[in-house]
Amino acid sequence: MKLDIKLSGVGGQGILSIATVIGQAALTEGLYLKQAEVHGMSQRGGDVQSDLRLSTEPIYSDLIARGGVDLLISMEPMEALRYSNWLTPDGVIITSSKPLVNIPNYPDQASLLAELDALPKVIRVDIEQMALEAEVPKSANMILLGLAAPHFPLLSADDLRDAIRSIFARKGEAIIEANLRAFNIGLHYSTNK
Amino acid sequence: MLGDEAIALGALYAGISGVYAYPGTPSTEITEYIQLSPQGRSGAVHSRWCTNEKTAMETALGMSFAGKRALVCMKHVGMNVCADPFINSASTGVRGGVVVLAADDPSMHSSQNEQDSRFYGKFALIPFFEPSNQQEAFDMMASAYDLSEELELPVLMRTVTRLAHSRAAVTPGEMRSQNVLNPETETSNWNLLPINARRRYKVLISKQPEIAARAEASPYNWLEPGPEGGLGVIACGNAYNYVKEAAPQGISLLKVSQYPLPAALVRKLAEHCSSILVVEDGQPFVEEQVPALLGAGYKVEGRLTGRLPRVGELSPDNVAAAFGIAAKTTFPPSENISPRPPQFCQGCGHRDVFTVLHKIYEEHPEGRVFGDVGCYTLGSLPPYKALDSCLDMGSAITLAKGAADAGLRPVLTVIGDSTFTHSGMTGLLDAANENSPITVIISDNLATGMTGGQESAGTHKYEAICLALGVEREHLHRVVPLPKNIDEIEAIIRREMEYEGLSVIIAERECMQTLARKMRAKNAKK
Repeated sequence: MKLDIKLSGVGGQGILSIATVIGQAALTEGLYLKQAEVHGMSQRGGDVQSDLRLSTEPIYSDLIARGGVDLLISMEPMEALRYSNWLTPDGVIITSSKPLVNIPNYPDQASLLAELDALPKVIRVDIEQMALEAEVPKSANMILLGLAAPHFPLLSADDLRDAIRSIFARKGEAIIEANLRAFNIGLHYSTNK
Repeated sequence: MLGDEAIALGALYAGISGVYAYPGTPSTEITEYIQLSPQGRSGAVHSRWCTNEKTAMETALGMSFAGKRALVCMKHVGMNVCADPFINSASTGVRGGVVVLAADDPSMHSSQNEQDSRFYGKFALIPFFEPSNQQEAFDMMASAYDLSEELELPVLMRTVTRLAHSRAAVTPGEMRSQNVLNPETETSNWNLLPINARRRYKVLISKQPEIAARAEASPYNWLEPGPEGGLGVIACGNAYNYVKEAAPQGISLLKVSQYPLPAALVRKLAEHCSSILVVEDGQPFVEEQVPALLGAGYKVEGRLTGRLPRVGELSPDNVAAAFGIAAKTTFPPSENISPRPPQFCQGCGHRDVFTVLHKIYEEHPEGRVFGDVGCYTLGSLPPYKALDSCLDMGSAITLAKGAADAGLRPVLTVIGDSTFTHSGMTGLLDAANENSPITVIISDNLATGMTGGQESAGTHKYEAICLALGVEREHLHRVVPLPKNIDEIEAIIRREMEYEGLSVIIAERECMQTLARKMRAKNAKK
């Protein structure tokens, strides 16, 4: 059994932290894992993406083939659309619905969201608003992970919570708590909607 | 762990006493991992950054001379900077094992070219490795150090972005202790006067059959035979992964991860098959060599014949296409997307420098601003559009001087602090010796910013360096690039542009990334 995940967003939004948490959980559960990241210049406010592959069998390629993405997790709606043609027919998109406009030629937002909504399996939520309301403004990425959590057949919510504790351990108890709270908000939304 | 981290851990387990490196994507995380390891923190393994790749290579060789194992790390273009000591170290030979790690960047995710470091291995006539995955990267470090000491030669290891920056689980082996200090090295071998150099070059040539035999018998090279008369595939390094996932049934596969190219294995594959496809990331290094082994009549395909793209990195898709398999896409590409290039961080001091330069540039379209390699290269993009060149590390001042020698006016240049000490200082000495009419801006953010804010070799020394190199006191300025100081900076630049001689303006303000990191660390402690 395998799950091929693509994460996308804008440099600085925290997609690598999402990938690191999922990766940690997968390793603890003894799954095979490959996770290709983008470092360097592209992290400065440009588009970033990461391929994350989890499997019960050995994996060779670090990258996912076009048309092979089971789950697309995005911190930004246009960055979700950028990879929509990588999805499998049953592929699911889980994305923030709030555009991050840091370029002069950002596309028309209404038609962008309309195109996104026309895809078969899309969950789009204003996670930034949720993060503000819950007073965890820096942890919108963990809300997104919480939203995605029910879509990991190979990992439980507790596996991911343990990974959050371990990944953020160095940053102090307050940061761990904020991230766990954000994760639970996302998970709760996803399972109760 | 990352491929880079697997390499670092492999080196620690192989008993290195030092890592010598200059930051460069995608190699930076190797040295950072060693710096944060217990051995790095305690100082048991030297791990401080070097000024450039040449100082790194030479210092590592010094450690080897004294009997200990050393690692040298860099991005592929760093090989050009250290090429002189690198090539000559094959003649001197090594005492303690030396592994030179070059991280190539096919597709130029964060680079100026996609040169393939395997050519350097062949050029230097030494053994070289190319791991296919993170576990192999770890395992190979021990093999590479043992081989280096056995053959008394430096060993090159080449990796690519997709391995360097991809994570997978790695199981470590046994930790080897460090070598003891052993200064009883034959000094005439290291003294490449022509009389010694000729003798040492013959020694290097005499080792070639043994180097080739090691590649033929390498545990990292193997043949996976399929049915006779079918397609033979040579997959180099990480190309092996894409082939394993994409290739149809019925092919024969030769995996190559240790070089020189194992000729006997290639011939064996060729005899078993009817044609060969070479799948390799980077340039067609193996594809060029295979026809010479098999004769012109044997069909060999790859990047040169168009079966794979001539440029850019390999992907699961272009490797599948080489086997005639089209991608199974369901949804069409979206039309509601725009490119999103990287940009300066909010509050970055480079922004203030380019705000001024943009204004001056608009008034002086006849002038030019020569740039260099760093975050500030983004000053060439909108909205600033005030940078005309980015050739290689340290080139800003020398390009500017040449253009000024030719009569171009006004000539400005922007160079970062770390790039300046990497290889800009020598050019400034040239310019000072002739009092060249150029205005140099050292945009100093107290860090090597683009690679993540590593320490910069010359922090707080730039004024002293410029004076020592011969820049005149009255034409050397220090400013703080902040929006409130823009008028002052503009006035200084305008005044110095009028001066028919060399001037330097040091614009000093800390990188926003390193500043934010310090704030976070402070808050976590509370």
